[in-house]
Amino acid sequence: MIAFLVRRILYAIPILIGVNVLTFLLFFIVNSPDDMARMQLGQKRVSDEAVVKWKQERGYDKPSFFDAQASGIRKITNTIFFEKSVPLFWFDFGRAEADGRDIAHEIRSRMWPSLAIALPVFIVGMLSYITFALLMAFFRATYIDIAGILLCIFAMSVSGLFYIIGGQYVISKLWNLVPISGYVGGLNAWKFLVLPVVIGIVGGVGASARWYRTIFIEEINRDYVRTARAKGLSEWRVLFRHVLHNAMIPILTGAVVAIPLLFLGSLITESFFSIPGLGSYTIDAISQQDFSVVRAMVFLGSVLYIIGLILTDISYTVADPRIRLQ
Amino acid sequence: MKGIITILALVLPASLGACSGPWNDPYPAQEAGKNILYSSFSERPKHLDPVQSYAENEAVFTAQIYMPPLQYHYLKRPYELTTLAATEVPKPTYYDAADRKLPETAGGAKVAYSVYEIHIQAGIMYQPHPAFAKDENGKYRYHQLKREDLKDVYELRDFKYTGTRELVADDYAFQIRRLAHPKLHSPIFGLISEYVVGLKDYAAKLQEATKAPSADGYLDLLQFPLDGVQVVDAHTYRIKLKGKYPQFVYWLAMPFFAPIPWEAERFYSQPGMSEGKNLSLDWYPVGTGAYMLTVNDPNRIMVMERNPNFAGEPYPSEGEDGDKAAGLLDDAGKMMPFIDKAVFSLEKESIPYWNKFLQGYYDASGITSDSFDQTVQITSSGDVTLADEMRKQDIVLQTSVATSVMYMGFNMIDPVVGGDSERTRKLRQAISIAVDQEEFISIFTNGRGIPGQGPIPPGIFGHREGLGEINPYVYDWVNSKPERKPIAFAKKLLAEAGYPNGIDKASGKPLVIYFDTTMSGVGGKSRIDWLTKQFQKIDLQLVVRNTDFNRFQDKIRKGTAQLFFFGWNADYPDPENFLFLLYGPQSRIKSGENAANYQNPEYDRMFERMQVMENGPERQALIDQMVEILRRDAPWVYMLYPKDYTLAHAWVYNRKPNKMANNGLKYQRIDPQLRQKKRAEWNHPVVWPIIVLLAVLALVLTPAVQSYRRRERAGGKLLPA
Amino acid sequence: MNLPFKPVILTTDALIFVLFAVVAISAWYISRHQHLLAPWKKVARSRSGMIAAVILLVFVTVGLLDSLHFRPVLPGDAAVGKANYAVDVMSVFDVIAAPLKRKQEKTYSAPLSAYLFAKETVELPDGSEARVFPRLTYGGAHLKDPATEQTPDIVKRIVAGVAIAALAWNILLLCVTFWLSHRHGHSVRDTWSAIWKGHTEMPWREMLVTNGVVFLVFVPMMVLSAGYHVLGTDKVGQDVFYLTLKSIRTGLVIGTLTTLVMLPFALLLGILAGYLRGWVDDIIQYLYTTLNSIPGVLLIAASVLILQGVIDRHQDWFQTASERADARLFLLCMILGVTSWTGLCRLLRGESLKLRELDYIQAARAFGVSDYRIITRHILPNVMHIVLIAIVMDFSGLILAEAVLSYVGVGVDPTMNSFGTMINSARMEMARDPMVWWSLASAFAFMLLLVLSANLFADAVRDAFDPRIRGRLASPGFLSKYLPATPGR
Repeated sequence: MIAFLVRRILYAIPILIGVNVLTFLLFFIVNSPDDMARMQLGQKRVSDEAVVKWKQERGYDKPSFFDAQASGIRKITNTIFFEKSVPLFWFDFGRAEADGRDIAHEIRSRMWPSLAIALPVFIVGMLSYITFALLMAFFRATYIDIAGILLCIFAMSVSGLFYIIGGQYVISKLWNLVPISGYVGGLNAWKFLVLPVVIGIVGGVGASARWYRTIFIEEINRDYVRTARAKGLSEWRVLFRHVLHNAMIPILTGAVVAIPLLFLGSLITESFFSIPGLGSYTIDAISQQDFSVVRAMVFLGSVLYIIGLILTDISYTVADPRIRLQ
Repeated sequence: MKGIITILALVLPASLGACSGPWNDPYPAQEAGKNILYSSFSERPKHLDPVQSYAENEAVFTAQIYMPPLQYHYLKRPYELTTLAATEVPKPTYYDAADRKLPETAGGAKVAYSVYEIHIQAGIMYQPHPAFAKDENGKYRYHQLKREDLKDVYELRDFKYTGTRELVADDYAFQIRRLAHPKLHSPIFGLISEYVVGLKDYAAKLQEATKAPSADGYLDLLQFPLDGVQVVDAHTYRIKLKGKYPQFVYWLAMPFFAPIPWEAERFYSQPGMSEGKNLSLDWYPVGTGAYMLTVNDPNRIMVMERNPNFAGEPYPSEGEDGDKAAGLLDDAGKMMPFIDKAVFSLEKESIPYWNKFLQGYYDASGITSDSFDQTVQITSSGDVTLADEMRKQDIVLQTSVATSVMYMGFNMIDPVVGGDSERTRKLRQAISIAVDQEEFISIFTNGRGIPGQGPIPPGIFGHREGLGEINPYVYDWVNSKPERKPIAFAKKLLAEAGYPNGIDKASGKPLVIYFDTTMSGVGGKSRIDWLTKQFQKIDLQLVVRNTDFNRFQDKIRKGTAQLFFFGWNADYPDPENFLFLLYGPQSRIKSGENAANYQNPEYDRMFERMQVMENGPERQALIDQMVEILRRDAPWVYMLYPKDYTLAHAWVYNRKPNKMANNGLKYQRIDPQLRQKKRAEWNHPVVWPIIVLLAVLALVLTPAVQSYRRRERAGGKLLPA
Repeated sequence: MNLPFKPVILTTDALIFVLFAVVAISAWYISRHQHLLAPWKKVARSRSGMIAAVILLVFVTVGLLDSLHFRPVLPGDAAVGKANYAVDVMSVFDVIAAPLKRKQEKTYSAPLSAYLFAKETVELPDGSEARVFPRLTYGGAHLKDPATEQTPDIVKRIVAGVAIAALAWNILLLCVTFWLSHRHGHSVRDTWSAIWKGHTEMPWREMLVTNGVVFLVFVPMMVLSAGYHVLGTDKVGQDVFYLTLKSIRTGLVIGTLTTLVMLPFALLLGILAGYLRGWVDDIIQYLYTTLNSIPGVLLIAASVLILQGVIDRHQDWFQTASERADARLFLLCMILGVTSWTGLCRLLRGESLKLRELDYIQAARAFGVSDYRIITRHILPNVMHIVLIAIVMDFSGLILAEAVLSYVGVGVDPTMNSFGTMINSARMEMARDPMVWWSLASAFAFMLLLVLSANLFADAVRDAFDPRIRGRLASPGFLSKYLPATPGR
């Protein structure tokens, strides 16, 4: 187990380097340091000296990948790429270009609002999708099942933007049930979270419930279920005792990879509902072309994704002891 | 199953109803009925340090906190400077190269120096701030902190002690020195260092000083005197400028010239303050103004509270015509500020923002929000009356002319549309006629704008309006009002320019005009569609080159664009601030502000003369000549002068849009009782749809459950797989 | 020679033609091989699938008509002797819908209205001013007094439309009946009753009814749009019906070409990794794990901005605005393709790993058959069903993704009509009071119809080819990489 973990973590390093090189390349082609400087210095009255000074202060006046002038190891270390991406490995994210604020501090404080939405969506969502799917499987081939599938396909076919726009309009504007947008810390946050969470759950119902239903039906058709029924167990018991238990393995292992990514929040929901999470942070960084923040978020995203992959592997062994981690 | 639903239907509304007031109230219940103003911000302010802050969204905060010597009169139009911290508006005294005093009317060429002597009021106190806190021995408590001392400090509030002190002239001098600070980038340093004596050398000196290693890395500006700024006594200081620069007095109303106490600089520059904790002037400003920033969480909320050390300032007792009737003088002479606290919430999307305003959760609409303009149909087309639905809610709309101009610039160094030839001039004039500003205003700005006739907007000296005051190259004066010249005339001009029916006579190819833009957000597409339609009217083919912000700026800077849309908000209400946008040496390719790269020696000469003149008939005559040149050469399509507007609920008083001054918070007054009543009225929760929904769900499920029961009873017959 | 038009083949047009040809050739090929045809027959028997197919066919027709581009000649000087062509590129669809395109009002007007949506101050003949709703320039312009004439006129037009639709449908019905009876050698009467009793092998009854409904909805709309703006007009007075129909092509292009772009990557890399294993597998796995671990929107945003820069630096590559916009659309497809091949690649890798161990392939290897031959003859044909399912299932997700990307500002060119740009500009109209609902509603309805039928069809295809693949492909998260709107992402 430990050997496995060590190996996976070592394997993560080249991936993270790859991710870094890729984002660095992509965003440096988009934005030369000059562009960044001008973007951050504003539109009115920007002199060339100010641009030069800005670059110097932030170390953007160095060569990108290779410094021919320097000697020895400095050839590599005295570059923008090295100086900007290596500290990421010990989670030293530096400061935002736009306002000079500490990125790590920002991430720590923005993580919670993101989780406050993502976690309920994930947990309540999972539960309700499973319930819904179970219901469809239980009443399979009746009108409830068919209506359920149609509902799922319908729900899948509506753009997520419509759920948000429509939800805000109907629930908050017409019916005045919850605040349209905003956020407060602490327990009072529930008022603001209800709507985004409900919309989040409704938005995901189509794909998930339909998939879970397939898993259930597949499981129902297995021999052991027939045996169980033959023993005279009621349909409910069969479903809950056996089918649900066995079907949870693919469902849970499939969901594990998403858990670490919950931290990153959702880009669009957060900006529509003015939730100060990491999703809206990322969107802002893209629109302000704040390379430092983008780089940090990409790095964080990759790390979390890799953690998700490792967790998935571990969850397989937990779910099925026959599988060994090698 | 049914039982559960019934319980839910009963419990849900009851549990929600338990909290008093409207359900959708986004604010804490304990704030209800308090004297708090609610507003919003859409983008977090980047800088609150007055050295760097230049953007309008920052001024919303900085203008309430800092106290520059001067301010703009809240009500009077055209804009007029009045005192804030100063005792009077300073008048410059002029000296020639031999330090002899010159008369006030001295011409620009003779003046070698101008000196502004500024007296500030005694007894103004700073807001409470830990930088001023002293211990029993009179030593500063927080000036010798170590990293470990800051272990438990995350916000400014975490410092236990605060202190204050009187505002002195030294603080103003200190701030002017900070403009040259090597670690801070003041956007006006380039401009101001051209004028303030010795500022450029001063910056070089400081740069040098930062290289020398010091004990704690703190660059103590007090050690470095600046020639151009002299402190005479505790409440008097002098600024010495090179030459004559009459517009300088306007800068004295901007935060760049606000006072900063050296204690703050010292306090914030200690190790461990800004890293990771954002304890800096950019985040926690220190001022003497009516309000102070108490909560700064730009991800969510910013709160300003009344500065307890603010002595008060009387509400102005005179204003523009009509201000009395509008009730804007009701509070004349009363002590400001009126509002205890202002809460600004982050609101990025326009729809939630607008809906919250309609629900009464924002007291007034922001004036600075761009997207708002396209979002909301508050008025009917081409008119400035509110839609009926809003009048029913007693919402008040106020408009006033902004000191801005929106224009479509031709790149004058472009071979097709630019240059000083009859051909391109006629082409530009034809395009100016074809682009229908009136339609643009009615479609895209809710009718809140005035068609542009030249570069100088109304409310600025030099603008002329009234009988026959039109751009004669685009308009005719018909039946005592301006009428756009017919399209046929534009086509004729085009033919004369060598493009009959939009075909280049020389090559036989259709003429293609390229429009560079960054329009990508909401409304971008409709603007592009509209513009294409305008060019089609005179058979010109418009190709829109849409790009991102950086690329666009790059093109403008390199002079490779052809046609572009720009706007300019005045820094100060003086024609110089508009006419310099077309001054040759200011060309963008020389990194100036003349984005059209317009160059006309005659105009440039006139500009240099006009620049140093006092307002008067002579200056007006000169400006008239300059405007005539610009109209004929048509380097811009003068699109419109936008109107400022503000929407406010009935419980907000003393609101008047003021583009120059952002310190409007202290003037405003609200009636929290009325607000509470209206909010409750407008926000009745509607619960029945939820109940209906649950009922429908129950109805759908019942037959299924029943059929299942029946089957179970029938002996557990299997369902089909 | 002076042609009255100059054909223009945009990049995406060319690819669409290629795709069309590929589909046609495969159809021909499949129709000659029974074992390949069998699953398709199963698709053809699916009722929901075939209903969806009928609707998709309508969309595809519009999309194809909109892909035949040309530049009309300008009414220029005859003396110059050579024709000049307009800078704006038209399509065959534009010609058909020319009246809709031409009839541009000043600004908003409600569906079927004869007036502008907002009041304006107008000068009356006697010189006084009044605030009225001005009449539209085109919509309902033929009416003298809309208050009394409008409703009867609309009813009249609808009735006429219904009549035409009924006629057309009846003709179609007869054609189908005769064709079927001829083909199967039954009498016309038997065929007729078989269709209506639902006894035919293909669900002809459902397909014909769907067709009838499509006719009944669209023909009256077309008849009405001769005199009105059926779905109203947008901010600058363009007909929303026209804009919506124009958006279809963009959706189809993104939905199909993206997959076309990513297929070579996914197929080649996936099969190579699975079949060759070893270091090739390691490298390919490394590649897709790296790509996958970068949050999708960021990757797409950066790539779009880069390629945007390339377009900007090479203005001379493009003669017209359409070519620029089209280049951006094509690049968007490329980017979506490059960033989305990983899912399919992983699936193909797994499948190839499995196939490789099968006896007959092991045997072929033992006999020294070359790897190339094994891959092309044995592996490739056996993974094609996965590819097919991936294509149809990605289609709808990509259309939805376009809307979100356009919202973030990294979608199609803002001058291009697409559902994303429509929603983007229309969502602000919701806040107007009174609300301008028609743009958003049209975009919603047409997009829903397109995506819904695509989903239903994809379902049918999947059920026919490999029902078990459902879970793996449609697992939540497979597409959510592009769908940041799905919360939890």
